[in-house]
Amino acid sequence: MSSVETLSSGPLFGLPLSELWFALLFAILGTFLFLDGFDFGAGIIFATREDAEERETILSAIGPFWDGNEVWLVVFGGALFAAFPPVYANLFSRHYLLMFGILGSLILRGLAPEMYEQRHDERWQTWWGRSFVAGSALAPFLLGAFVGNWIAGTPRSFTPVGVVVGLTVTVLTVVSGVAFLRLKTRGLLRDELRAYGERAVGGYVLAVLATLAVLAATVPALRTAVLSGPVLALVGLSVLLAAGYVLALRRDQDLFALAASAGLTYGLVAVVALLVFPTIDPASGLTVNAAVVSTLPLNLMSIGAALLLPLITVYFVVLYSAFSGPAQPSEGY
Amino acid sequence: MVDPVVTSRLQFALTTIVHIIFPVMSMGLAPFLVYFTWREIRTRKPIYEQLRRFWTKIFAVSFVVGTVTGIVLEFEFGTNFAAFSTIAGELFGGPLALEGMMAFMLEATFLGIFVFGRARVGDRLYFVSSVAVGLGTWLSAVWILIANSWMQTPRGFEMVVENGQDVVHLVDPLAAYLNPRFPYMFVHMQNAAVESVALFMAGIAAYHVYRHHVRGTDVENVAFWERTLKIALVALILTAPLQVVHGDLYARHVYETQPQKFAAMEAVWDTESYVPEYIIAFPTSLDAITDPRAKELLGLGIPGGASWLASGGDATAEIRGLDSFDSEAPPVAVVFWAFRAMVGMGFWFILLAFWGGYRWWSGELFEDDLLHKSLMASTVLGIVAVELGWVVTEVGRQPWVIQGVLQTSDGVSPGLTGSETLLTLAGFAVVYLGLLTVYSYVVTRLIRAGPPTGDDLRSVSQASPPSEQPAGEVANDE
Ligand code: HDD
Ligand code: HEM
Ligand code: HEM
Repeated sequence: MSSVETLSSGPLFGLPLSELWFALLFAILGTFLFLDGFDFGAGIIFATREDAEERETILSAIGPFWDGNEVWLVVFGGALFAAFPPVYANLFSRHYLLMFGILGSLILRGLAPEMYEQRHDERWQTWWGRSFVAGSALAPFLLGAFVGNWIAGTPRSFTPVGVVVGLTVTVLTVVSGVAFLRLKTRGLLRDELRAYGERAVGGYVLAVLATLAVLAATVPALRTAVLSGPVLALVGLSVLLAAGYVLALRRDQDLFALAASAGLTYGLVAVVALLVFPTIDPASGLTVNAAVVSTLPLNLMSIGAALLLPLITVYFVVLYSAFSGPAQPSEGY
Repeated sequence: MVDPVVTSRLQFALTTIVHIIFPVMSMGLAPFLVYFTWREIRTRKPIYEQLRRFWTKIFAVSFVVGTVTGIVLEFEFGTNFAAFSTIAGELFGGPLALEGMMAFMLEATFLGIFVFGRARVGDRLYFVSSVAVGLGTWLSAVWILIANSWMQTPRGFEMVVENGQDVVHLVDPLAAYLNPRFPYMFVHMQNAAVESVALFMAGIAAYHVYRHHVRGTDVENVAFWERTLKIALVALILTAPLQVVHGDLYARHVYETQPQKFAAMEAVWDTESYVPEYIIAFPTSLDAITDPRAKELLGLGIPGGASWLASGGDATAEIRGLDSFDSEAPPVAVVFWAFRAMVGMGFWFILLAFWGGYRWWSGELFEDDLLHKSLMASTVLGIVAVELGWVVTEVGRQPWVIQGVLQTSDGVSPGLTGSETLLTLAGFAVVYLGLLTVYSYVVTRLIRAGPPTGDDLRSVSQASPPSEQPAGEVANDE
């Protein structure tokens, strides 16, 4: 088969495919953290609202979206498996209990809203409401902890770096959650969200600085990387975006605020990528080029991704435009 | 201390056995939902809106549980089977990534519109959404079954040494992905899903029809349940015979490609010809009664049946016995009994289909209480048969995780300890028990509540809807 030979002979169009897949992987992770991030944030904000109708509105706001958003995590896992199988295997088995913590909180978060809507008595809703909040807060925290340990290259699951990165990611989800919910709600809830957003974004900037400090202090191997030009530039950019976010909230330009939180998320993920590269699994010293699969499967996956990612973008545009505008407390079927 | 190999295997078994229930529900419901949506839009009859809305609720709950249990599986290859993932990743990771990008993305985004968006989008986009969701569920089966069938009949690869380890190298993607097992597995699985959902619908509908027509209790919406019963029967008549005929071909294919599994399915220890198809078999001594690998003494069966099955018609054909293989036999009793139970149910479902069809034809479908009771008793039997079929497939290929290439015990993550795997296994046992309880509870409630009625229905409140304008204007503004 000549097409198989062509596909095995070298990277498509001579592109640096291993590096591109490394970048794509982090782009997918960033997309997940941004999109599902505002669902997590909405779940955390849910804890602060007592009013039944406001709670229903929050659930309706994320109802049609969260499942699609979460698939980005599935695709992240799949892409890591397909392009860098030893990393998929090493990372997930190394942080075994942490992984199951993440999966457990995702189960709670996914199940709770669906169950909450099934019955309208108080005990049932209190219980599922709490599960929803717990899942929404734990998932980003543990995911962040996982990412922190990944950067630090530690075999341990609970580390100072893990904790600060966990907190950073959790606060970040509140930042995006506020912007998203302001787009989706009206009235008192929307007005009060502004204050939450301002506090959260301030907290986020502090958390990022704390992360860098802890990294520099506890992971000597990363000290120069943390203080390198590109990383500091990204941190500077994040501070600007945070200011833009506050401004946008004050001017009621929620879409801009949401865009700023997207920028913050991708910025954070880019810092992670910079700190990990050129290895991809610092704990074992495995580099991108050593971990990547051979040419044929890499070419095939690249063709697959090039065809499918634009289509996926279309699906998301269709979905988000079908549900543009504020959510009603009870929508469905 | 506990062996992490054992706990990892038990955990994988538990988590997939729970997961597969929900894909069966959603893959099986998908064609029905597309049909209901199509008829609703075409005819504007309230009955189709009722059918669509009622079954969409069940679909939505199943889908959520399928999602949360599926994500666990996706990561479990890495957490518990790291050696397997490293060795086979080049071939095995691709289908999982494509499943995510091609199937889950399609399914999960359009599901948002399909479940929540009836009032927000026009008929055309709504119908497209129903098709996209259905297609997504079936495409995910394509990719995951490619991954699984490759492990049963691995093709298109070579073994190379990389970083001091033997790993699988993809050389011929078409041979690997369209491996001999895949078409069998896909047809058998998808038909099983539709058949299982047909049985589920029929069982629930029979319950309401029975209460109304036989017991004389006044059931609201009885017309809805009557229609459901008929639709389910049609699907059962179409799928039940196909499943058994296809299963026969499938068994022959297993005999040709995985003789050790086939020997376990038939409990054949010594290579023999004219092998009977045992209906039952028991171990030689009572001490060994709990040992799944004990050899049988008492076997009652159809003479030459297994030979006939394996060879496609020759009752004297030879079958290789388990003792002739170098690798240890799989737990024979588990495979043997699971296979028998699946086949037995296959014939029972055919009987139900013909029985129901005959009563319908003779105009007594709503009066035959024995039929109703049989259908009620079979409500979840389709799903049980699916589980048993998977047990045959997966336990039967032991000790291999990739047939002839890699043994399961060599696939488990090297760094795991018995206690952490035991902890997660226990956690899953508890959480999944809760999950199944909550799911059953919610589905039962939805069934009790029945379909939406009267003024709740769009097709009633908007007697003649403007055809082109998106119906969503009502709910769309602030
Ligand atoms: C409604 C469910 C159902 C029913 C009634 C049947 N099956 Fe089945 N069977 C399945 C559902 C299923 C399944 C769960 O879907 C499996 C597991 C893997 C697969 O591809 O299909 C399966 C696997 C499976 C296998 C194992 C294949 C392997 O090892 O890869 C064989 C040989 C058969 N079936 C044969 C039969 C026969 C001869 C049947 C009836 C006479 C039958 N099945 C009825
Ligand atoms: C959803 C339906 C499935 C069910 C119910 C199921 C069931 C099982 C069971 C019971 C085992 C344990 C066998 C043993 O250890 O004795 C097992 C093992 C395994 N299955 Fe499946 N399986 C399913 C689908 C799949 C699919 C689609 C894949 C791959 C894509 C897969 C991959 C594996 C692997 C890698 C193992 C190895 C662990 C082992 O052999 O113990 N399974 N499965
Ligand atoms: C053991 C290997 C398996 C893995 C790793 C796996 C993985 C997953 C994942 C990650 C999801 C969630 C997708 C989302 O977020 O929307 C999912 C759902 C789903 N899976 Fe599996 N799965 C396995 C077995 C199977 C089998 C054997 C089938 C059917 C042939 C199947 C069919 C589906 C379907 C249709 C869904 C959509 C959700 C639902 O309908 O409940 N899966 N699976």
